[in-house]
Amino acid sequence: MAEVRLEKLVKSYGKIGVVHGIDLTIAHNEFVVLVGPSGCGKSTTLRMIAGLEDITGGTISIGDRVVNDLPPRARNISMVFQNYALYPHMTVKENLGFSLKIAKQDAATIEARVAEAAEILGLTPLLERTPGELSGGQRQRVAMGRSIVRHPDVFLFDEPLSNLDAKLRGQMRVEIKKLHQKVKTTIVYVTHDQVEAMTLADRIVIMKDGHIEQVGTPAEVFEKPKNTFVASFIGSPPMNLLDATVADEAGRKVAKLADGVTLALPAAAAEKVRDGQAITVGFRAEAFSPVGYGLFGDSEVATIERTIILPEPLGTETLLYTELGGKEVQGKMLNPRVVKPGEQLSFNLDLSRLHVFDKASGMSVLV
Amino acid sequence: MERSWQRWLIRFGIFIVMAIICIPGLWIVMTAFRDNVEVMARPPVWIPERWTLDNFRAILGLSETQQGIPVIRYFLNSLVISVTSTVLAVLIGMMGGYAFARYRFKGKNVAFLWLMLSRTVPGISLSLPVFIIWSRLGLIDTSIGVILVYLALNIPFTIWLIDGFFRQIPLSLSEAAQVDGCTRWQAFWKIEFPLAKSGIASAGIFAFLTSWNEFALASQLTRTTASKTLPVGLMDFTAQFTVDWTGMCAMAVIIIVPALILTFIVQKHLIAGLTFGGVKG
Ligand SMILES: Nc1ncnc2c1ncn2[C@@H]1O[C@H](COP(=O)(O)OP(=O)(O)OP(=O)(O)O)[C@@H](O)[C@H]1O
Ligand SMILES: [Mg+2]
Repeated sequence: MAEVRLEKLVKSYGKIGVVHGIDLTIAHNEFVVLVGPSGCGKSTTLRMIAGLEDITGGTISIGDRVVNDLPPRARNISMVFQNYALYPHMTVKENLGFSLKIAKQDAATIEARVAEAAEILGLTPLLERTPGELSGGQRQRVAMGRSIVRHPDVFLFDEPLSNLDAKLRGQMRVEIKKLHQKVKTTIVYVTHDQVEAMTLADRIVIMKDGHIEQVGTPAEVFEKPKNTFVASFIGSPPMNLLDATVADEAGRKVAKLADGVTLALPAAAAEKVRDGQAITVGFRAEAFSPVGYGLFGDSEVATIERTIILPEPLGTETLLYTELGGKEVQGKMLNPRVVKPGEQLSFNLDLSRLHVFDKASGMSVLV
Repeated sequence: MERSWQRWLIRFGIFIVMAIICIPGLWIVMTAFRDNVEVMARPPVWIPERWTLDNFRAILGLSETQQGIPVIRYFLNSLVISVTSTVLAVLIGMMGGYAFARYRFKGKNVAFLWLMLSRTVPGISLSLPVFIIWSRLGLIDTSIGVILVYLALNIPFTIWLIDGFFRQIPLSLSEAAQVDGCTRWQAFWKIEFPLAKSGIASAGIFAFLTSWNEFALASQLTRTTASKTLPVGLMDFTAQFTVDWTGMCAMAVIIIVPALILTFIVQKHLIAGLTFGGVKG
């Protein structure tokens, strides 16, 4: 059992606080992704779990051991570094077997475990090469292989794909996912790419400025963002967020946008707001489509005439840039036809998929 | 057309420079194997007519006509002093270089600056103070005394050079090794040391050559066969009115040869640069 528990975890460098009391429990064999903008403390948190950075406050436990004061080698973890950190003077085989050799395993065991890892990652033909003779993707795989030969309790990944080009990144993402299915282990994975987070994670931890903003499954953080930060960070394109005031219209709570457009609030949200409250309403591009080009089922919609500023065709869909509430917003046109800038279109906005946040705190009114 | 013209000019330039560097050395070697009459001849004899080992026999005390010079003794002194000071300078350089490259500590930059500044002071200008202090401490004419001075000369340089090499090795390699089960000590010896080896070898060869060839300070601090080194021993060939050129050159050859051999042995490591395939970025 390798559950990882962070309790009130704090890190500061001198007077500068970097991580401000994080609480997080990562279940046995769970794939957790820490995601957040640059400098939010993801790497620092991961390195504290690894034991490469000392802990200013709080505790970290792996399994049922508090590991605060244990050196990395005593934690039975493995780590894949952003720059791979392969040993340049050793062959792939020696790189893979290094940890076992240090642990004084016998030659036969090392041979077998290296062969097994090489097989899983397709490295068998490369075993005699040195890292300098490998491509980026191959180095990446060696780095992962070096981690799995040890059968660690916890795998730590620090932005392992950020040095690869987009196509390779996509492939390696799939490989990591498969790897987790083959080699069941607890994984903590750091990235600033929300697509990676969404596709890989069992649970996503969204961090900002050393705090956790939200923890949840990819579906939860996508559908029920706790605050405007999560709403704008998760999902591509980012959620449209518009300032509005709550008003009463024919007995219903509505959001009045800066340009006078009113949007009826969903019932659940309407209960939680009062007249005159400054709010931020959010909707994703998927909930805002030209009439006849979206998926709305029988939800209640608001129909709005808009002028297209810019169409961005993506093949199966076209992103439409237009303007609403005094800001640029994006809509999505499914099964698109050709649209020209300046064209007038009728949009449906799915009101049941409207997110409502308190403007002052940025928090969703539903939490 | 112009290309080849320029190329010849460059070749000619290189020839001149190499000639300036090499001919005196060649002359010394040639003189070492000729007899005194030929060396002193007027007009000079450019191409030696007769090769002889008499000069070496003479300085090694193997001939009857001339009192030998304690070359073996000087050689051993030189060897002990150079090897000891080199080994210590490299060890300390490794520790210091590693510390400067890897750790943050108070006063690090100032300490580094002072080390470098110490290189700007010409060693000879310190010879008088060193002489006075050493004579109080009873270190004049001892190997230890010379070794200490050479350590002071070499350590700033070895630290600086080795620091540069450690700096080039990404920290994440040592971290990866620690995650892989190493102690910091093991990570150093198994990962960082092998990667910095060429730098450490360079530092070693430079430190050795400095100590092996140093004359000015050694000539102040040594008196007798107890501590005199080969370069100082060269002065034994100058008497009040005469200089035994052939003997001196024979001895110079004895000084040059070990240095050359060592350089050739270590050269492989100097050239073998680091291959940083292990990390990206
Ligand atoms: N040694 C250090 N001394 C002082 N501050 C540091 C040190 N290391 C990191 N920091 C600060 O800690 C904060 C968090 O750094 P961290 O590396 O964890 O960010 P990150 O979330 O991994 O960002 P990125 O996505 O850019 O890798 C940053 O603001 C950084 O400036
Ligand atoms: Mg980082």
